[in-house]
Amino acid sequence: MAAKNSVMVFVQQDDGKVAEVSVELISKARDLADQLKTQVTAVLIGSGIGKAAEPLIPYGVDRLYTVEHKGLEHYTPVPYAKVLTQMVRKISPQIVLYGATTTGRDLAPRIASALRVGLTADCTDLKIGSYESKGRSYENVLYQIRPAFGGNIIATIVSPEHKPQMATVREGVMKMGDPNPDFKGEIIAESVDLDPQDFPSQIVERVKEEKLVNLKGAQVIVAGGIGVGSKENFKLIQQLAHALGAEVGASRAAVDAGYVSKDHQVGQTGTTVRPRLYIACGISGSVQHRAGMDESARIIAINTDPEAPIFQIANYGIVGDLKDVIPRFIKAFRAKA
Amino acid sequence: MGLNLIVLVKQVPDTQNVTGNAMKEDGTVNRGALPAIFNPEDLHALEAALRIKESVPGSRVHVLTMGPPTAVQVLKDSLYRGADFVALISDRRFAAADTLATSYALKCAVEKIGSYDIVLCGRQAIDGDTAQVGPQTAEKLGINQITCVSEIVELDAQKRTITARRSIEGGYEKIKASLPILLTITDEGFTPRPPSAIRMMTYKNATTAMSGGDFDETYLTGGAGLKAENAINLWDSNAIGADPEHCGLAGSPTKVRAIDLVVLKSEDIRMIENSDEAIGDMVHELVADHTLG
Repeated sequence: MAAKNSVMVFVQQDDGKVAEVSVELISKARDLADQLKTQVTAVLIGSGIGKAAEPLIPYGVDRLYTVEHKGLEHYTPVPYAKVLTQMVRKISPQIVLYGATTTGRDLAPRIASALRVGLTADCTDLKIGSYESKGRSYENVLYQIRPAFGGNIIATIVSPEHKPQMATVREGVMKMGDPNPDFKGEIIAESVDLDPQDFPSQIVERVKEEKLVNLKGAQVIVAGGIGVGSKENFKLIQQLAHALGAEVGASRAAVDAGYVSKDHQVGQTGTTVRPRLYIACGISGSVQHRAGMDESARIIAINTDPEAPIFQIANYGIVGDLKDVIPRFIKAFRAKA
Repeated sequence: MGLNLIVLVKQVPDTQNVTGNAMKEDGTVNRGALPAIFNPEDLHALEAALRIKESVPGSRVHVLTMGPPTAVQVLKDSLYRGADFVALISDRRFAAADTLATSYALKCAVEKIGSYDIVLCGRQAIDGDTAQVGPQTAEKLGINQITCVSEIVELDAQKRTITARRSIEGGYEKIKASLPILLTITDEGFTPRPPSAIRMMTYKNATTAMSGGDFDETYLTGGAGLKAENAINLWDSNAIGADPEHCGLAGSPTKVRAIDLVVLKSEDIRMIENSDEAIGDMVHELVADHTLG
């Protein structure tokens, strides 16, 4: 097996630390590569990235290419696109996956444009299948599945005639696999020639705060929607979360209404979560919101409107006012726990 | 010396206000039932261009859109708000374009204008949410880009440098770069100005001029003034010198294999009575199976 026709992952690093989404994508790439009977390759670009490379192999990388250059410490579009375009041309994978992060969404379109290949943004699922069009049939095509039209439809996109097939995927959508310490992979250091004119952007200032809200890692999430009614009422959500040791989530509508900050937003444009328990309070359940939470193991929906779509995906439904339900919930938990 | 600014805008169905009859029974989108609007972040991009024009005397704001003839509405709106030049890029050959084919046509149209300093567009359009057309157009033009811009910190027209603040996860970056450059603008800054009443009176009956030949540069000297007649330029694929092989369906690597209506999982939901006892039982159950606690 060779790196040609492999499933490739662009590994994003920030300050030398590999983005979680990149590891999730390596796990997914391993699945896809096994189905396609091919290798997983990955490209890690940066400066001083030696330590970051080794731990990636056990997730199933056959060949990890590292590109070291002082000017590549932080992401900027022009040099990263130049390096990655060269690497994709050289390795010739059949699939390339990127995290749908600010960086991935900045970089991947430039690669797609340079190589004149297809790119599908924000996929929520990736599968291998066949495709037929105009009397021709194609095997082993990547189905790039994503919500479209504001989340009202799910589209399956293919690009059967162009290689590589490329997609971006949001953090949290794919499951991170367990590392296998016995997995054997190779780390290959690549060198690149970059000129001063390859660096037209200069980062003058960079401010990044650790997220105070950890929705992704939360086992239990109590989320509020526009039905909560006010910022004052949103305290009920926080009280329940506090009592249960849970994280606070919110729908986009609640964030837009100013009930809570954007860090708490769950959904297609927020964080994708898969907790043990998701308690949706005053959330009607738009497609966009559901896209970010419907993989939760259990869902409790609390809403005054018995017709709210959220009840259709919930395991437990309570029709009632949060002002009654939440205190009852807290009281019951304190009594039982 | 003013700057040549080019704003790329899109008319989109208002997917944020989807109502019951927006989907047909076969699961396809009934575009007719959705109001067509100016893509929200593109309005912020237009505002950014207009503010640059105000800060650098002699600058011109050009607005380009690719779409069907009805998309002239966003161009009229751009004229109402202060655009100097607008063009509709419209041709049957552009139909069913994915982001790659769209960015190719936009690149051809930008090059038809010729010299430019800053190309601006919204970060993403609400019908696809891909955020791909901006970076792809920059790559095709062979220029640098700053995406997710919320603020222009400094613009030096003499030294031809720009410093912009862009949003990243959990923070921001300030990027300094030289012109020409493409910026994608978010809705965090540049609150759009309302249309001007005087300009609305002038342009409400603006007509479309078919432009087949060379790009008419007379407006660049400012000689055109406010004239509604032929205020909206129409460029087809020939006018922008686009290779049909790279346009529309032919130039789009991605194909839609299937469209599925979002179907809710029909799981067995247990309705819990809003009472101390029923909620207590539910909590007890969740604690017992280690979901809670």
